[in-house]
Order: sequence, then structure tokens, then C-alpha cells
Amino acid sequence: MSEVLENVLEYEEDTQKGKYLTFVIGKEVYGIEIKYVTEIIGIQQITEVPELPQYIKGIINLRGKIIPVLDVRLRFKKEPMEYNDRTCIVVVDIKDISVGLIVDSVAEVVSIPENNIVPPPEANTGFSNHYIKEIGKVGDEVKLLLDCNKLLNDEECENLSNI
Amino acid sequence: MADSISREPMLEMFIFETLQLLDQLEQSLISSEKESGFESSIDEIFRIMHTIKGSAAMMLFDDISKLAHSIEDLFFYLREEKPGNINSTEITDIVLNGVDFIKNETAKIENGQEPDGDATDFIKEIREYLSNLKNVSNEGTKSNDSDSYQTLEVEKDQKYYISSNKMGSSPKSHKYEAVLKFEDQCGMENIRAFSVIHDLKEIADVNYFYPEDVVEGSGDSEIIQKEGFRIVFSTDLGLDDVKDRLSHTLLLKSLEVYVINEDLEDVIESMKDTKEDEPKEEEQKFAKDIVLNDPLVDSEQSEHSSDRHHLQEKKASSSGENVATSSKQSVISVNIAKLDKLMDLVGEIVISEAMVTQNPDLEGLQLDNFHKAARQLNKLTNELQDVVMSIRMVPLSMTFQKMNRIVRDMGKKLNKSIELEIIGEETEVDKNIIERISDPLIHLIRNAVDHGLEDTQERVAKGKPPEGKITLEAKNAGGDVWIFVKDDGRGLNREKILKKARNVGLIHRPENELTDKEIYSFIFMPGFSTKENVTEFSGRGVGMDIVSKNISMVGGTIFVDSIPDNGTIISIKLPLTLAIINGMSIKVGKSRYTIPTISIKESFKVKNEAIIRDAEGNEMIMVRGEVYPVLRLHKFYKIDTEVNDINDGIIIMVENDSKVICIFADELLGEQQVVVKALPKYISKVKGIGGCTLLGDGSISLIFDIAGLVN
Repeated sequence: MSEVLENVLEYEEDTQKGKYLTFVIGKEVYGIEIKYVTEIIGIQQITEVPELPQYIKGIINLRGKIIPVLDVRLRFKKEPMEYNDRTCIVVVDIKDISVGLIVDSVAEVVSIPENNIVPPPEANTGFSNHYIKEIGKVGDEVKLLLDCNKLLNDEECENLSNI
Repeated sequence: MADSISREPMLEMFIFETLQLLDQLEQSLISSEKESGFESSIDEIFRIMHTIKGSAAMMLFDDISKLAHSIEDLFFYLREEKPGNINSTEITDIVLNGVDFIKNETAKIENGQEPDGDATDFIKEIREYLSNLKNVSNEGTKSNDSDSYQTLEVEKDQKYYISSNKMGSSPKSHKYEAVLKFEDQCGMENIRAFSVIHDLKEIADVNYFYPEDVVEGSGDSEIIQKEGFRIVFSTDLGLDDVKDRLSHTLLLKSLEVYVINEDLEDVIESMKDTKEDEPKEEEQKFAKDIVLNDPLVDSEQSEHSSDRHHLQEKKASSSGENVATSSKQSVISVNIAKLDKLMDLVGEIVISEAMVTQNPDLEGLQLDNFHKAARQLNKLTNELQDVVMSIRMVPLSMTFQKMNRIVRDMGKKLNKSIELEIIGEETEVDKNIIERISDPLIHLIRNAVDHGLEDTQERVAKGKPPEGKITLEAKNAGGDVWIFVKDDGRGLNREKILKKARNVGLIHRPENELTDKEIYSFIFMPGFSTKENVTEFSGRGVGMDIVSKNISMVGGTIFVDSIPDNGTIISIKLPLTLAIINGMSIKVGKSRYTIPTISIKESFKVKNEAIIRDAEGNEMIMVRGEVYPVLRLHKFYKIDTEVNDINDGIIIMVENDSKVICIFADELLGEQQVVVKALPKYISKVKGIGGCTLLGDGSISLIFDIAGLVN
């Protein structure tokens, strides 16, 4: 009995491994590991909370649970964009903290085999390089794989933007 | 918030049970001390000690079990011998010390430490006391002094047999078979069975039990669950004693004891036989069980009855026992996190209900049946909400009963005789609040005993009854709970308080304008203590302000009043629950905020001309001769709004800890009850925001933390 359960668990982990949810911000396609994602919802009414960094848009009511939402566009210091019906909130759960990520649109779920993933270039060139953990290749396209922890908890930038 | 440490379930249960039992024990000890006799409660005390001993031994906490054992010995002696002129206060002291020790140890276990306390001294003390008792009562008959514990033990054992079985039959004369069934889902049946055996071994020779392998075999739990745990043993005790003993087993569902007249060997043989047959029959039997469950049991039982004696009588008494045990188990403990989750969901249901029944798509339609159904749904959801809220409510009795012990201990130390009267302990308050008012209450009680009540001589000299009286009362009034701590002591010293307040610099107004109540309220200020001498219990001057701070932390207020030589009364007003507050909804720009109604003094419109501005642009307003600062929310939080002119908006005056500010907002939306939710952890603390709440339409309103705003 317990063996079966173990197998199931293993299998489940396997199905999540190497899969990424990709979304679009501006022209780039970003990916986050699927295991962090709990759900994807459409944009909804956001309650502003004062005294927060600009990229934290406020809080939303997700079926009785209050979660903060973070505008990834603003997080990457891009121009703000009007939300439209393509705009989505990707709810991620990292270390028991639920956060909604506002993205321009959600693309798809892709599997990227390990040998198609390479570390980002060393030189600190791009503006959002900071949050990119790895780069995945799918066919001819390149997906920028995000480091969720840094996205949420990187204090350094936060403090700068506060001043 | 929730206790996320997952302890071993056995340990968890041990801690839970032990603490609960100790609380019970403390109460019955103190009540029997008052009656200066243990007749009424001795059985209960005995039972509790016995259970603790058993479970501690099971968990290998030797010191606890030994200590419990020695206390049990003491009470055993008291119960069996009923010695006259026992000093119940001394006994209570000894046992309470023991209780404290066990509590300490249990607390250590709870915190994940090793229970390393040494109970030897306590045990020695108890044994010495017991041997003294025995010597006193045996003076005439027995002259041989027994100072060695070994002989004492033997002596005790002998007495046991004589006193509990006065028939004087030869040793191990009765043979019994007992079938024990435990409550469904009580868990760990095998361990429970093991502890029964462990228990029985003290009074009987256990010849055989089935299932045999109760400790290691985990599968046995199922057998015990289904068929019960069977023990064959022989003892000198009569049937009733055996039943009595076994019925003390925790979580017992049913108990059957038969007297065996046949040869023991045969019975055991036959039991073993049935066991061997079982695997083959099991499947069939299982199927039968499902279909014929009840009849099968009945027929089985009647078979037994033809074979064995005493069944009828037994059944009757065991069903009586059942009622008693099951009523004790009518309470379950649930993780608070689950309750919170449930409350979230119910809140959501209420909102979605509104979304359905007030759906814009329905407008203009004639839907009689729909509305009828909607009303029914509305009624049910409201009821559901009430029930969920009431789950979090806990009666104050546990907290109040704790005070008995404190009053007793302090009264003894300070040599005052005190009566504690408890009224309205069944009043229910939110669990969170109960946890946080326990310490302040202890402090208030201590103060009353130490400072409030006079010495016996002083009381007599004043013409008061020699026994001081403290009243602890709780009652519901509207949406609040009031707790009163009242003593009939000397009352507060107005002059002393005034002098001290003057020295500390608390008086900002002409002294003759201060009312008595205002003067007495100075005792809640930090660093205020008129007691010159610091005693063991109070007088360090850190007390009352912390009491008042703790009370205000749970949204309560504290008042004091006193009549010289007539006593002091301290009243605490508490909200029923922390989770729901009355809030005033206000609007600034597009955002909505909620101000706890409790901190609102008044709200009013002002003309621009009434605003005073200083050189730095800070705005102030003069109300009835006092000047208060004005806080414009839209500026403070940089919110876009069209209402920038003081003329257009509204001023809300709020108070916290006697500091007052005026908040300027766009408009008031109305007062309503709101369910408080914490802000997500990810958002670091925002100044002046204490939490958030969901409004009827599903949108979020932020709740002000007035203390944060004011400072």
C-alpha cells in the first residue's frame, strides 16, 4: 500500500519536473517552474495598500484568502501597461507564501529537458538579468527562466526603489 | 499561529490528558480542602492519579509515574482506612506540590525538552507523611516502628488485600475473563490494551490475554477495535472491585467481566483455538458482519450468558458506565488553523450568496420562487456563520478556576483567610482573548489579596468579618463581556495615589478638577506603585500598566473604582471576539478603510477657517478648548482623491491611550461588523494598518490600527 503511494508521489513529482509555465511580458517569454504555480486567474479588483513599493500593486481577495499581487512588469522596471483581458494573475506559492504575479499574458506549459537549459550569460548586461536563473531553449525560441525566490524576496532593489 | 510542530500523537495525547487531569485534580483538591475532608472527591483524585501514573509509566516518564504512585498510595490509605482527624490542608499542600512538579515536567515535555526533574524528594516527603499518618492511627495496635519504606510497602500491600476483600478468601481465588472495547477511533488500541495489562498486574495475576502481541503488533489494533481486548486473570478482588478498576480505563466504550468457573487452562485453550480458526473464517465473517452486524453480536452475547454467570447484571452496570465515559469525551480539540479556514470559507459563502441573489442579470425579472429559495439560503448561511463563530467561544471557567489555587496559596503565605466567590464562569469568550487575559487576571487577584485585603486583626478591628472576600464575576452585556474583580478590603488610598502621581508628573490638570475615578485610574500608568514594600507577589510597579496594556491589546478597557474601607472593584470590558469588530467604514479616493468603532470619539464637519496651521504646515483643530492635530489620510498615504478641501470631507476624532487625533477622510460610509483578517505576511508592516476585512461585495477594506496612527 505504502509502496504504491510512494510510486504515485514519485510519479507526480516526475510529471512536474522540467515543466515550466511560460508567460509574456512585453516581447520576452519568461518561464517559472510549474511546481510553484497554484492557479491562474484573470485580473480582478486590486485593493491598494499604502506605503508599499510601487511594483506591489496591493492585495486581492482570492476566495477569502487575502494575497498580495506583484506586477512583474514593474518589478522588471518596464513601462506600466493598462491591464486588459489578456492580463493574468499567476498565483504562486513559495515557502508557504502565496503571491499573485501580474503578467501581460500566459502562454503555455512547456517541458524543457535539462540538457536544453543553460546558465545565463555571466556579464551583467540585461536590466532584468538579476531575476533570471537559467535560460531554456525550446526549438528556436529562448525562454527566460525566473528565480521565484529572488523575484519575491530580493530586498536590494526594493529598498532602492523606495527612496 | 497554529502549532505546526507535529508531535508524536501518543505524546500529544499524553500531554493533553495529563494537563487536563491535573487541572481537574487541582479543583477537586481545593474544593475538598474547603470541606476539610476528602470523602466526596477521593475517588476522583484517586482515579486521576491512577491514570496519570499509568500513562506516565507507559510513556516511560519514570519520575512522574513514581510520584503519582506515591500520591496514589497516600489517597489509597485515606480511602481505605478513613483515618479520623486528618489535616486536609497539609495533604492538599503536599499533593499540590506534587501536581506542580508533574505540571513542570509535562511542560518540559511539551517544549520538547527532557523531563529531567527529580521527584525523589517529593516521594520521600509523601511517604514520610503517609508513614506518620499510619503511625498515628495505628498507635494503639501496632507499636513496631517502621521507618524503612520497604516494610511500609509490604504493610500497605497487606492492608490492601484485607480491606478491599473482607471476605477473607484464599489468595487469587477468583478467575475472571474481561472483554474491553475502546471508543471508535480512539487510536492506539494496542497501547491502551497494554496499559490495561500493566494496570491489572498490580492487583492480579494476568494469565492470558488476546491479542497476545499488543505492543509490537500494529495489526492487533484492528482486532481490538473489532472484537475487543480479552484478558483472563485471577485475583482476590470481588467482581465489583475488578469492574470498578477496569472501568477507569480511558476511552472505554464497553466492558464485560465474566467470572470463570471452569479450569483456567481450558478457557485459555479455547481462546487460542478461536484465534487459530480465525484467519480462515475471517473473510466470511467479515461479510456476515456487514449484513448481520447487530443480530450477530446479540446471539454471541446470549451464548456467553448461557455459559457464564453474572452477565445480565454486568451488562446493566457497564452500560451505566458507558454513559459516564462518553459524556467526558464529548469535547474534541481542533487545530485553530482549521477553524480559521472554516471561517474563511463561510465568509466566502456569504459573499457568493449575495453575488447570486443580487446578481444584476436577475434585475427586472419576476422570480417569486427564486426569492423564496434565496431567503431560505440566506437564513441558513447566517445561522452557519453564527455557529462557526460560536465554535471559537470558550467558557471562562478554566481561567477562573485557576484563581482558586492562587488565592489559596497566597492566603496561606500571607496568613489571611480569604473566600473567593466565582460568578458567571460559564460566560463564553473567544479563545484568543481567554489566552491573553489569564495573566492580567492573575495579577489583579494577587493585587487584591496582597494590597486590597487587610490582615485578620485589622479586619476585626474595623468591624468587618475576619474572612476577606474576593469576587470574580463575568457577565455578558450587549456585545461585550464584563469581568469584575472585587474585594472587600481597605480600598485605594486617594491621597497616596495623588501624591505619587504628582511626584511622577502625571497630573496635567488642576487637582481639584480630578474626579475620584480619574485619580484611581493613575494606577494603570507605567511605573506606578504606591506600595513601598515590594513583596513576593506584587508591588514592583510594573503590574497595573501591563495589565491595562494587555487588556487593551485584546480590544478591552479597564476601569477601577473604590470606596475607602469598603473595597475596590476593577471592571474589565472585553469584546466577545477578536475576529469580529464593529467598524466604521470610510472612503478616501477609491479606497475604503475601516476604523474600529471602539476608538472613535466623534465625527463632524468643519469649516476651513477653523483649521489652525503652524509654520511647518501642520494642521490643527480646536474643539471645545482643546487643540488636536489633523491627519489628512490622502496626504499621509498619498492617495489620489478629489476631496482636498476640509470643507468637503469629514473629520473623525479617534482616541488611543488618551491620545487623540483627528482623521480627515472623504466621507463616512456607515458602521458594520467586520471579520478581521491579517495582512499577508509578504507585505511588511504598513504604518497604521492593522489588518484587512472583506466587504459584502467581496472587495477589501483596510483596517486602521489606531495606536499606530496616533503615535
